Amino acid sequence: MGRGSASSTPTSTLTWISWFCSLPGHEYFCEVTEDFIEDDFNLTGLNTMVPFWKEAMEMVLDVEPDEDASKIPDVSIVESSAEMLYGLVHQRFILTRVGLQAMAEKYESGVFGSCPRVYCVGCNVVPCGRSDVPGLDTVKLFCPNCNDIYVPPSSRFQGVDGAFFGTTFAHLFFQTYRELSPAPFWKAPSAGGSPLSPRSTSGSSSSRGSPFVNPNPHGGQKRAAGYVYVPRIYGFKVSERAKSGPRMHWLRLRPENPSELDMVDWRGRWIDEDDEYDDDEEDDDDDRQMEDFDPVI
Amino acid sequence: MEDISTGSDSDYSSSWISWFLSSKGNEYFCEVDEDFILDRFNLTGLNNEVANYSQALDLITDNLDDDIQDELRSSLDVQARLLYGLIHARWIVTARGLSKMLEKYKRADFGRCPRVLCLQQPLLPVGLTDIPYEKSVKLYCGRCEDLYSPKSSRHGSIDGAYFGTTFPHLLFLVYPTLIPPKSGPVELGRDAAGAGGAAADGGRTRRRLREEQVEVSAAEGGGEGINTASAALKADRYKPRIYGFQVNEIAKLQRWQEAVRDRQVGRLEALEDRTP
Repeated sequence: MGRGSASSTPTSTLTWISWFCSLPGHEYFCEVTEDFIEDDFNLTGLNTMVPFWKEAMEMVLDVEPDEDASKIPDVSIVESSAEMLYGLVHQRFILTRVGLQAMAEKYESGVFGSCPRVYCVGCNVVPCGRSDVPGLDTVKLFCPNCNDIYVPPSSRFQGVDGAFFGTTFAHLFFQTYRELSPAPFWKAPSAGGSPLSPRSTSGSSSSRGSPFVNPNPHGGQKRAAGYVYVPRIYGFKVSERAKSGPRMHWLRLRPENPSELDMVDWRGRWIDEDDEYDDDEEDDDDDRQMEDFDPVI
Repeated sequence: MEDISTGSDSDYSSSWISWFLSSKGNEYFCEVDEDFILDRFNLTGLNNEVANYSQALDLITDNLDDDIQDELRSSLDVQARLLYGLIHARWIVTARGLSKMLEKYKRADFGRCPRVLCLQQPLLPVGLTDIPYEKSVKLYCGRCEDLYSPKSSRHGSIDGAYFGTTFPHLLFLVYPTLIPPKSGPVELGRDAAGAGGAAADGGRTRRRLREEQVEVSAAEGGGEGINTASAALKADRYKPRIYGFQVNEIAKLQRWQEAVRDRQVGRLEALEDRTP
């Protein structure tokens, strides 16, 4: 182990990790603590994924390489190995308490940007991957308000691997910081207020009235931005009967109160559907019979 | 006091409109036909919205006196932009305006949907209100049917009233064949590539218009075979997972949303069955 030798970086004030995180396009990364990297347990399995493991470790930890470093054909190969190593360690680190904390600070300062969707009213987003395996897809941004993922606005993030953030982080983050997570229900602020006016979604509504509480203590504790866009032609709503009528309203819709969420069973069927939607009635009868076999809650 | 020579074809490249269209940040606007502007009927009521209306109109149509004072000219420029924007909002909901915007849509001049699962679907500009000075322009995605803010602040500061609340929805009403599929790759009609070449070349405007008319009549009113009743079932959505497991509260919300979707699909399919 060459780790014992005194570490000296080219620019001694800047560690490799700080340097790496300050590169353009690397704004989403937080600095992984050295003791996390030095604990071999945290690196289990990674050595098979990273070529020139030892040299990459030395580079990331700013350790003087061994004398016989000549066997490495090119420094740039080690550099890309170091980047892969750091990225994969980063994926694991941001799931730890310290890592979540570091990302929370970045989140609150708006480093990750905000949701491009108009009616999420600037809700901050977090980086997320679509895969935990490197080399498949670039980093995306998850919005906790619309529960959807977006392409980062700047092309400089198109070189950043999504696996370096992983599939779990974004959601563990909002489970951990529930006060940052919008609740799954929403009621238009002024009862009877015209949903025509998008002004009703402005932040002022959250400051008014009693503090927001989600009865589900494990759920999001932030008041959601729940307005959903309604297309209009010359002021008239486009009818759903038109071929070009709305088909995706559901994607962004929230029920007015949390109890409505329980009206759908675990398979996504309405429990006890009656009156208004007679068309589905036969299906639902079958459904209810089936339901009896399932000891749901 | 009309100066005939400034309006002629030879000077076309330096007309106010082409200057306006080529300025940075104005990429969303299309060219309003001169005869549309010159028909006063189309401008009904705009004289109340725009100060120095007639001079602003003269500036747009390149009929402004050259000996006008410089300070007035700069304030006129602001009024002319407002006037052009308001005319533009009316123009893009006409048959010819729609087809001009369609060309731009096919070139993705308005950008592409930032939603990952919309697979780079081109966007269309839309206003949240038809009243000027209220809200900036937004972008409508025909795939997820939602609104996004323009990426660039240059575009983010354009008045939404210059595009109006109606435009993208009228476009898909008129061209049902262009309603984007809810899944699979983006397809933009047959001549998506061909539309690229026809940039603002004034001399050929007339001929191009005639060609567009043909194209419009081909696509317009078509799509009898289109059935979008169950289109939403094909829509892909993101499912958050922690170590591979769905997140309880979000999964619950998503099940509820999908049940709402299924209810609508049931409604629309029943309707479909009833109509021959």
